[in-house]
Amino acid sequence: MNTSRYWSGLILALLITGAAVGLAILSNKAHAGPAEDQKGLEIAQEIDRRDLGFGDSKTEMEMILTNRTGESSTRKLRLETLEVPDSEEGDKSLTIFDHPRDIKGTAFLSFTKILEPDDQWLYLPALKRVKRISSANKSGPFVGSEFAYEDLTSFEVAKYSYTWLRDEPCGEMDCFVIERIPQYERSGYSKQIAWVDAAEYRIVKVDFYDRKDTLLKTLESSEWQQYLDQYWRPHRMHMVNHQTGKETTLTFQPYQFREGVNEANFNQSRLARLR
Amino acid sequence: MSAREDLKENLIGAERAKHAGDTAVVAFANWVIRFRWIILLLSFIGAMAAGFGGQFLDFSTNYRVFFSKDNPQLQAFETMQDTYIREDNISIVLHPDHGDVFTPELLAAVRDLTDKAWQIPYTTRVDSVTNFQNSYAAGEDDLVVEDLVPLDTPLDEADITRIRETALSEPLIVDRLVSPDADTVSVNVTVTLPLETELEVPAAMEHARALATEFRETYPGVTVAVTGSVALNHAFTEASVADMTNLIPLMYGILLLVMVVLLRSISGTISTLLVIAFSAVTAMGISGWLGVQLTPPSAIAPTIILTLAIADSIHILVSMVGGMRQGLGKREAIVESLRINFQPVFLTSLTTVIGFLSLNFSDAPPFRDLGNITAIGVTAAWVYSILFLPAAMAILPVRVKPREEETATAMDKLAGFVIGNRKALLFGMTGVVVVLGVLVPRIELNDQFVKYFDRSIEFRRDTDYAMENLSGIYQAQWSLPAGESGGVSDPYYLQTVSDFTDWLRERDAVVHVQSLSDIFKRLNKNMHGDDPAYYALPDEKNLAAQYLLLFEMSLPYGLDLNNQINVDKSSVRIVATLENITTDELRALDDEAKSWLEQRLAGGSKLDASGPFVMFAYIAQRNIEGMLLGTGLAFLLISASLVVALRSFRLGLISLVPNLVPPIMAFGLWSVLVGEIGLASSVVTATSLGIIVDATVHFLSKYRRARVMNGEDAEGAVRYAFSTVGTALWVTTAILVAGFAILSLSSFQINSALGQLTAITLVMALFADFLLLPAILILVDGRKRKDVPDAALAQAAE
Repeated sequence: MNTSRYWSGLILALLITGAAVGLAILSNKAHAGPAEDQKGLEIAQEIDRRDLGFGDSKTEMEMILTNRTGESSTRKLRLETLEVPDSEEGDKSLTIFDHPRDIKGTAFLSFTKILEPDDQWLYLPALKRVKRISSANKSGPFVGSEFAYEDLTSFEVAKYSYTWLRDEPCGEMDCFVIERIPQYERSGYSKQIAWVDAAEYRIVKVDFYDRKDTLLKTLESSEWQQYLDQYWRPHRMHMVNHQTGKETTLTFQPYQFREGVNEANFNQSRLARLR
Repeated sequence: MSAREDLKENLIGAERAKHAGDTAVVAFANWVIRFRWIILLLSFIGAMAAGFGGQFLDFSTNYRVFFSKDNPQLQAFETMQDTYIREDNISIVLHPDHGDVFTPELLAAVRDLTDKAWQIPYTTRVDSVTNFQNSYAAGEDDLVVEDLVPLDTPLDEADITRIRETALSEPLIVDRLVSPDADTVSVNVTVTLPLETELEVPAAMEHARALATEFRETYPGVTVAVTGSVALNHAFTEASVADMTNLIPLMYGILLLVMVVLLRSISGTISTLLVIAFSAVTAMGISGWLGVQLTPPSAIAPTIILTLAIADSIHILVSMVGGMRQGLGKREAIVESLRINFQPVFLTSLTTVIGFLSLNFSDAPPFRDLGNITAIGVTAAWVYSILFLPAAMAILPVRVKPREEETATAMDKLAGFVIGNRKALLFGMTGVVVVLGVLVPRIELNDQFVKYFDRSIEFRRDTDYAMENLSGIYQAQWSLPAGESGGVSDPYYLQTVSDFTDWLRERDAVVHVQSLSDIFKRLNKNMHGDDPAYYALPDEKNLAAQYLLLFEMSLPYGLDLNNQINVDKSSVRIVATLENITTDELRALDDEAKSWLEQRLAGGSKLDASGPFVMFAYIAQRNIEGMLLGTGLAFLLISASLVVALRSFRLGLISLVPNLVPPIMAFGLWSVLVGEIGLASSVVTATSLGIIVDATVHFLSKYRRARVMNGEDAEGAVRYAFSTVGTALWVTTAILVAGFAILSLSSFQINSALGQLTAITLVMALFADFLLLPAILILVDGRKRKDVPDAALAQAAE
């Protein structure tokens, strides 16, 4: 038997193993370094930057809720959004319910805050009164759906802290995968993992992790359309709750931009005059 | 020689010829002795190979395993869970020594615990008095919805007063999260188990118990109890493990004692120990290969197998030692023993296997497992007893001290007594059986699952404590259909829901009701500036729908209404928490509620209550229904085997009496002594049947031998049967009773009841065989002429 060959083989094997272990340790360490945080933040800032200046938008939305037995329920509503340029403030939104009939005409006005509870008013046509809601409901479900308010409100950089995890293909696109940790104290989430399309900086998929850090929901946004040669909007958002088996699908009509909505349209006194 | 005597000669010849099977057995025995080393080796390998499957055995950690897939109550509950939320719960109950939960320290502690409880694995919701979503009006047009005990706020006197008043007047809180006298609170954790692995429940439970321990250490003046359906699930595992670790060693100990006393032979004891150990290992191992999940009922299978497996070996060894004492050589004694015992050992194993296999008619899968595992074990015991045991005995040295044949004087006296008093015994026993039989229907069926566990199990102690101080684990829930999408806001519907809620609250059995109607009333009040006059249902559908929308939009993460309203808003779930009532009382409540809803709720016909407690409330009945067929079939098959084995239809028919009477007597006695029984009742008859027939078989076959071969009259044949097998039957019964009595030490009530009832049945069977059977035999056969057993002749001539 050729002993020198045997020894060189052994040394080679040891070297390869050592290198592999070293790499594994390095790649593990690479997780959550300051460089990755910076890259994550830059991706988030780019997402925000690309959506700047849309002004205001309007659309109609259909919401389909499904439970484990396949039972489903449909809601129809109109959405108006007014961009608030100040990066310390969230956007303003107005939601008008059209269906089911018993809540038709109910209108919901929300001034999104970044780290505090939002300012919210609801107009109840049956009571003919506007009620201001004071609650910690950002983490709660939006009209019984699998979407929380915090999943639907506008993207603001300051809502989260970020870490870039990796790049990977997602469907036909290439994606950045970033982790974002909610800064709102009473958020329902410990973290979110977002897949951001590297070409257009659209958030195509988000995994939501609950307070005990287990996978709670997955959101997939699709049927993207670009408006005004800049602003991308998904026309289908599908949320699955992995823990309860419930699902919610949102489908959107084409958006209208810059319809001339202004601050004056977004106040509580207007709620009662809506149709 | 008369023709009759001729016939008799022929008959005896035929009898001997039938024992031509003996020649085959002798050949078999010689073969076993010849290949003893190979058989020994193969036995070890076989047991090891099967036993290797034991690694796949795991303990089921879900009470749902007690219900078959097509159990209607389980299906109804599954539908309910899929419609609202799939939920199990852990309830952490806190009771401060000073008797007042409304102190700043304790409320802060509860708030902290509530927060930490979100970290329990699979938690989807946490409810306590501190995070209760309290709504109130602030100013004219502000609705505030917030935690009753706000986060990060120091509490002053005024806060405490406000919190106390709100909590104690809120129907959703009182009796559920706080006791009415304010001395106990609970944190209720809703858990949605994925039901994918058996590790989920232990993970959640360990976390919850760690939180409880931490709480106890931080607040020594507070008693902490952990209960809920997850704790129940966990208790099943704990009880299984406790049974396996406590009962099996005890069983080995008892059996070892029996062997030492009966066999007085080291090699015989070692071989028998190996036979029973191999049988248990083989059965458990094969079950592992088959993917059986252990539950408390099936976890006692090894204990039962040990008891049943020993009988075969004892019979074979006792005959062998007896043969050697009479001067036979060891190998001759082995052959002779097998010749005598081969058929009875086979027959008794067969009937036992039939009895246990009939458990497959049970609706509860754990009993099917118990039946199948035990059947495998008994079959294995038979195989090892006729192969391994003689092979081992052929190898091991056996020394027998020549001893005087024991005179069976006691048995002879008993025989004399029975014959002398046969009429009295016949009437006396019949009377006893009738009286006990009449008492049987008085047994109340009760399956309060908390009582399945004795107080050595933490779940039982904690749940008892929670029930005494706050409210229990027993719940019943109803899903009330509103008839159309969005119908839950219909004022008429809401009024019915509210009436039903009130009706439930008036029941003595009901502690607390969670109902959406309370939320509507509170909201209506809130929307009218908290004016108490408006604590009523909204009177218009759109208004109610809009209130609901408003409230739903105000709730934070995990505290939504999905657990009470379905997605289509066409039905509402009402949850009633109950007193510590029996399942009989629950069924009564279910029936009353059903007829109430049928009359009052449009489309409310046939609305059953649902939930785990409801499932257990019907489990015994459902199992008894299934087992009636199973037991009947087992009875038929076992009786048929007896007819074949005794080669007499008549004796087979007579054997029905001592086989039927013992279960009737046992249940009658149980009715007097205990009075109520659960799930165990459904399977006892079937399992004990296969065991008690053994004694009958032995007695009848000896009786028949005396009649046919020795030409004895009925009395003489009874005396012969007593003197030949009386002692053996007495000893075997003692061993079996000891074995099943050990089961009564189980921490799991179904198992202990099964053990106790079976033990009683076995004792009753001995009474029936010793006191009733001989009397019947003499009565039926006694009138015939002494010298010629006509019936036997007729049988043999066929």
